[in-house]
Amino acid sequence: MRDPRRLGLDLLLLVIITLIAWMTALAGSAHAADVIQAARVMTPDHVVIRFATPPGTLDPANFRFCEAKAPDVPFVIRSAELRDDGRVLLTVAGRLDPAGSYVLETHDPPARKAVHPAPWALLLSIAMSAALINNFVFTRYLGLCIFFGVSKKRDTAIGMGITFTAVMIFTAMLSWALFTWVMVPLQLRFLQILVFIGVVAFVVQFLDTMLRKTHADLHRKWGIYLMLITTNCIILAVPLLNAASNAGPADALALAVGSGVGFALALFLMSCAREKVELARVPESFKGLPIAFALAGLFALAFMGFSGLSFLR
Amino acid sequence: MSVVPVPGERPSARFLLLNGIFAENPVFRLALSLCPAVAVTTSVINGFTLGIAVLAVQVLSSVSVALTRQWIHPKVRIPVYTIIIAVWVSVIDMTLAAFAPAVYAQVGLYIKLIVAFAIIISRLEVFASRQPLIPTFWDGLGMGLGFMLALVVISAFRELLGNGSLAGIRLVAFKPLLFFALPAGGFFSIALLMAFMNAMERRITGHSSSGGGGGHA
Repeated sequence: MRDPRRLGLDLLLLVIITLIAWMTALAGSAHAADVIQAARVMTPDHVVIRFATPPGTLDPANFRFCEAKAPDVPFVIRSAELRDDGRVLLTVAGRLDPAGSYVLETHDPPARKAVHPAPWALLLSIAMSAALINNFVFTRYLGLCIFFGVSKKRDTAIGMGITFTAVMIFTAMLSWALFTWVMVPLQLRFLQILVFIGVVAFVVQFLDTMLRKTHADLHRKWGIYLMLITTNCIILAVPLLNAASNAGPADALALAVGSGVGFALALFLMSCAREKVELARVPESFKGLPIAFALAGLFALAFMGFSGLSFLR
Repeated sequence: MSVVPVPGERPSARFLLLNGIFAENPVFRLALSLCPAVAVTTSVINGFTLGIAVLAVQVLSSVSVALTRQWIHPKVRIPVYTIIIAVWVSVIDMTLAAFAPAVYAQVGLYIKLIVAFAIIISRLEVFASRQPLIPTFWDGLGMGLGFMLALVVISAFRELLGNGSLAGIRLVAFKPLLFFALPAGGFFSIALLMAFMNAMERRITGHSSSGGGGGHA
């Protein structure tokens, strides 16, 4: 048995080393792209470029802009203009994806720069999208069974939300690792349903046993939610979505966190509203589930308001 | 409300079929497996496809459990049931992807999620693990049909109001109420239909059992 403090120290060291390596890499890349200091896509069809020294000419032919995946097919550049703040604004023909990766080249002075959103912005937007814009409960209708079953009281809703988020992160990362490192190399993609449901069952059983042995009081409080999670579609949908989009580890984690938080938020809001409905005079035929569905419909309408939200401008 | 089979007494096929469609309708009465009921019911074709898929998985896994029950140790029955369901879902998933790619593109994710549908595993636990093969088959067929009919009813309601058409055929000339095709409209449609079922039941039987069990699992 290793000393837990020792383990913590090792982990800390690992994090520091990774950080240093990352910073060095960042500094190196900044040095290489000297002429063009920064470039950013602005929806729908603009690119903003910050030069170290102003470019020789603002003729559109001086610039070349293409997708990183299709370097032979440059965008038609409609105009290039110098803005008041000294940056150059390119207008291209066609729609640009704020989350996409592009390559920008200039002939005078000769320079080349990869244009992509900051990694943190991309991850934040995945998480935010899963939690708010495409909330799994209100716009993708997943996990409804648990959603209606557990949202009667606020305490249980909070308990379920926290437990669910934790299990979701475990499951998504384990499924991602299995999918990327075992199933794809062995050509076993067709087994994904079987494997992912197995992972869910395994994680739930594992956490249940662990909690009971190590933190009995915690198990008494959260244990019942653990078992319910097995029948929640969201917990299965996230690994499937990750597998379908060939997500990287960070993307998978962002989606897991976002969907977990989104579900917890939905549960909490719903439980608050349902506690109020308990006191209201509901028409006889609407008592119970029908009124809960109508409430969920109202929440879904409200969540449509998030659809314009974005971190990537 | 639930039909827990009594040993020694054999329910008839007709009774089991009607039980699944009306008395214990998975969506409207038992309030199980609601996720797909809202998710895919924007058009009748989608609802029907998912209904067929669930019907097939329910019948096939019920029959599989009834056949293999004697070798399944009671302590590990839930994992074994899950594996049986997952196998049949994979089969149906690939079949649909091969033969109906257009519809599959829209409902594919939900077909895979049939694995986590409470209705299927609950029928295995309540019925297929205790009854002989033939009644199990009829029970699975009844439940599957009940689920399919519920999906078709909800999707017909939503497609007619939200799109002005039925199964892709344009029927009414009015400007459709887009609301019912939106996510929020799905919730409202189910609320209205459930309330309607409750009201009808109260009128016929004179007392209410108040809409489903309360949405468990």
